[in-house]
Amino acid sequence: MAEAPDSPIAARASERLIAHFWMVLGVIVVAFPVYYVFIASTHTTQTILRPPLPLIPGPEAAANYRDAFSGGVSRIGGVSLWRLLANTTIVALGIALGKIAISMASAYAIVFFRFPLRMVCFWLIFITLMLPVEVRIQPTYKVMVDLGLIDTYPGLILPLIASATATLLFRQFFMTIPDELLEAARVDGAGPWRFFRDILWPLSLTNVAAIFVIQFIYGWTQYLWPLLVTNSNEMNTIVIALKKMISFADADTPWNLVMVTSVLAILPPILVVVLMQRWFVKGLVETEK
Amino acid sequence: MARILLNDVRKSYSGNQVIHGISIDIPDGEFVVIVGPSGCGKSTLLRMVAGLEAITSGTLEIGGKVVNDLEPRERDIAMVFQNYALYPHMSVRENMAYGLKIAKMPKDQIEAQVAKAARMLELEPYLDRKPRALSGGQRQRVAMGRALVREPSAFLLDEPLSNLDAKLRVQMRLQIKEMHLRTGQTTLYVTHDQVEAMTLADRLIVMNKGVAEQIATPLEVYQTPATEFVAGFIGSPAMNIFTVEAEAGGVTLPGGHRLPLSGLPAGSLRLGLRPEHLNLAETGQPAIPVDLRSVERLGADAFGYGVIAGSDAAMTLRLPGTTQAQRGDRVDVAPDPQHLHVFDPTDGRRLENF
Repeated sequence: MAEAPDSPIAARASERLIAHFWMVLGVIVVAFPVYYVFIASTHTTQTILRPPLPLIPGPEAAANYRDAFSGGVSRIGGVSLWRLLANTTIVALGIALGKIAISMASAYAIVFFRFPLRMVCFWLIFITLMLPVEVRIQPTYKVMVDLGLIDTYPGLILPLIASATATLLFRQFFMTIPDELLEAARVDGAGPWRFFRDILWPLSLTNVAAIFVIQFIYGWTQYLWPLLVTNSNEMNTIVIALKKMISFADADTPWNLVMVTSVLAILPPILVVVLMQRWFVKGLVETEK
Repeated sequence: MARILLNDVRKSYSGNQVIHGISIDIPDGEFVVIVGPSGCGKSTLLRMVAGLEAITSGTLEIGGKVVNDLEPRERDIAMVFQNYALYPHMSVRENMAYGLKIAKMPKDQIEAQVAKAARMLELEPYLDRKPRALSGGQRQRVAMGRALVREPSAFLLDEPLSNLDAKLRVQMRLQIKEMHLRTGQTTLYVTHDQVEAMTLADRLIVMNKGVAEQIATPLEVYQTPATEFVAGFIGSPAMNIFTVEAEAGGVTLPGGHRLPLSGLPAGSLRLGLRPEHLNLAETGQPAIPVDLRSVERLGADAFGYGVIAGSDAAMTLRLPGTTQAQRGDRVDVAPDPQHLHVFDPTDGRRLENF
């Protein structure tokens, strides 16, 4: 059977072509800046600043990356990229793990224990969701100064580890655990601690993974708080260092090294997402246990 | 192995009483079934024995010790839940061993116990599977196994078969019965299914609205139901119960028919007749005329559903499987005078000695 040119199948093919055109365009719009950051990290600043924009990798990759890792940027006091990455990793890990520990503990208390003012506690936590960090940043800063935590890892981590969102997510998940499971564990002789360790924790793993990914990236990309609480270049996170590298004058900014730093600032969160993607998606979509 | 003693056990939720004082002495090794319609408090009662619900008043003894304030694990009981409540992330083996592990039993002993229970329940091929890779019947057996390995002094089962299909339910019923004969453990079993109740129980507790309407052996419950509720609940199809006016020499049925039953206290009464105790009347015999509205043929038997002629009092008849009766027919049936049940119309209590 010969296909007429305006047959439904042909029409569908052209429709598909148009759909694909828009989708590809969308991907390019989103991906191009990231691609360009990478391209720029392989050229000299002069090449970057001189139009037109180069669209293929240049010859300076090795030199640029070596420079950045050995601390070639004087504007941030010559701190090496290694140091920045280590700082940021510690802070992001601290925030993500701290948030998980605290929010799991509070969700466990709220869901599985009957104590006076239980609902008041829940609403107090819930209400903090509505309070942006910026609102409480001045008193928090004062507390950190008083405790002598400026320019320290605890100072960078502690104020950010309470999380109403994660508490809420864990609460919702814990509430889907059937009562019978808790009761079976009680009959089996498990106390609260054992129930948490042997049953709740293994069942929560996918949720923990999802929350870890989200909070790790949240910690990694923190800007305002690390900017306030760090003075020395040694304690900078990579985002802060990036900001400090950029001067008002284009000619004064080592754009090639800025781009190298950007690439390395993006890389670890991407790794975390890629490595934990399977768990992450499972944790977000899984409804049955 | 233990005797369970309930003494006027009550339960209230914020002043609203749901269990109204239940007392029963369950000797060691007895199989007691708590049966009743949904919402009658039977599960609540079982959960109070298990220690999952607090007892508002009264005392509960297990093995000679008052356990009102003890945690479930200190009561030496094991429980099987309706939806099995298996730990989804543990293998069958780990599920069964979990309680023993917590009790700090030596590893080789745990192994032996689990192996024994697995053999008994034919679970050996599945020991390393996760619950989600098992069928409903297998999950149910794992739940039983988890309770068995503990060798508790009392075995509590909360509607353990209600999530299974009909065929499997019969199979598991027999298995539970056999297991009880083999282990001789004191067992409390909750169900709403009267066939399970009748076949498994040494004794029944028939519950309604938080009250134990009758505590007796299955046959006693069937033959001499203590209240109108029990009479209507136990037996299938359900007993026909209607109001009659009794005077010297006979009773007047709905529709104005008279039956020559003597010795009943005069006045309004509730008369109960089981479908299986109504026989087709021979000519000349005093009978109840029934207008059939539908006939269900089951092969061996046929059930006729209708009303007493001239009234709207429902009557269910159990007819021979070969009956020619059909919708619209009038059938005359005579009650078996050996099997009359008479209840007080005000409080529903059984009236004896008439």
